[in-house]
Amino acid sequence: MKTSLISQEELLLEFEKKINAEQKIEPLDWMPDEYRNHLIRQMSQHAHSEVIGMQPEGNWITRAPSLRSKKILLAKIQDEGGHGLYLYSAAETLGVSRDQFIQWLHEGKAKYASVFNYPTLTWADMGAIGWLVDGAAITNQVSLQRTSYGPYSRAMVRICKEESFHQRQGYEIMWKMMEGTKDQQEMAQDALNRWWWPALMMFGPHDSDSPRTSNAMKWKIKRETNDNLRQKFINKTIPQAELIGLKIPDSNLVKLSDENYQTSDINWDEFWKVVNGNGPCNEQRLAHHIKYHNEGAWVRESASLSNPK
Amino acid sequence: MSNTDTQGELWEVFIQSKPGQSFKHAGAIHAFDREMAIENARDTYTRRGEGSGLWVVRSKDIVSVTPNEEGYFFDPSNDKVYRNPTFYEMPEGVKHM
Ligand SMILES: [Fe+2]
Ligand SMILES: [Fe+2]
Repeated sequence: MKTSLISQEELLLEFEKKINAEQKIEPLDWMPDEYRNHLIRQMSQHAHSEVIGMQPEGNWITRAPSLRSKKILLAKIQDEGGHGLYLYSAAETLGVSRDQFIQWLHEGKAKYASVFNYPTLTWADMGAIGWLVDGAAITNQVSLQRTSYGPYSRAMVRICKEESFHQRQGYEIMWKMMEGTKDQQEMAQDALNRWWWPALMMFGPHDSDSPRTSNAMKWKIKRETNDNLRQKFINKTIPQAELIGLKIPDSNLVKLSDENYQTSDINWDEFWKVVNGNGPCNEQRLAHHIKYHNEGAWVRESASLSNPK
Repeated sequence: MSNTDTQGELWEVFIQSKPGQSFKHAGAIHAFDREMAIENARDTYTRRGEGSGLWVVRSKDIVSVTPNEEGYFFDPSNDKVYRNPTFYEMPEGVKHM
């Protein structure tokens, strides 16, 4: 093997040359441990978010107000499960098994998006989640299509194609409610009031408080900073709210210019509280995942016994 | 880091988007046998008519060029320019060549 004759410095130089030339890094390519570990953390967190994110919406499947909306919700949630699978298999190319990823989730060593630790109280929350939570996720994921790790980038391309249906179905729910009775309008506004800030929090801390951002940017794992992406989302979402008569729950909101808005600062105490496990549903979400994972153990076991190889 | 997996083997998925086209790698899935592999691949990667054909193959059966050796590996093709049509001289005015 000639590889053993190449020094670490040379390998790093080669690696960074590729990154700078916008070439993708592939699973068998040499990569610095720090790059690999960052990806393992970020991609598994992303995969877990897709799967845990099925719970708040799953809460409303049996109570969807029509057959049409029930079918849509089922298809949407199935997509999210699919996104989790794309991302797990992409993350597995880094040399960590699926079981390991799930174990880290269950042990609390891996995180998922905090936004899913909020409860879904009314049907309007299905609208707010699709419109705002998927909308924020799309903003982030469109940018990640250009990430430097090949399998991650390809998974993002696939996911982005599916996401626009998610956002549109959510916005349609909100719009229809705003066209409806006064109670329905109030319900939609209440959902926006509760989901607006958690959606803005999805982009993470300010860049100045985000210690891992610099390497991730240098190696092009992340292509845009948290604050940039958040601002993009704010600017495109506020006009959508106004169009259907919803009011952004922020008394200090300022329109700086056309399609450029300034919001109040996020309540970072709440952000860290939820990140650190003390949100309204953290325990419930994880307990649910652990319960059903364990209850499915016998299926995996018997399937592996009957495997003819 | 644990490498045990209770979730079946890893399989690579290839999709042919239209009849007549090449199969293209899409990603991977887990499954315990061939039938489950092709069904999981369908449910995971072709929910919107993405495919007219589908292949799955166990990931461990994929053979790949070792990275950093591509140069040596593909070297034999580099000095055979006569494999390309532009290598040949043609008389002025020849048609349909
Ligand atoms: Fe998703
Ligand atoms: Fe989605």
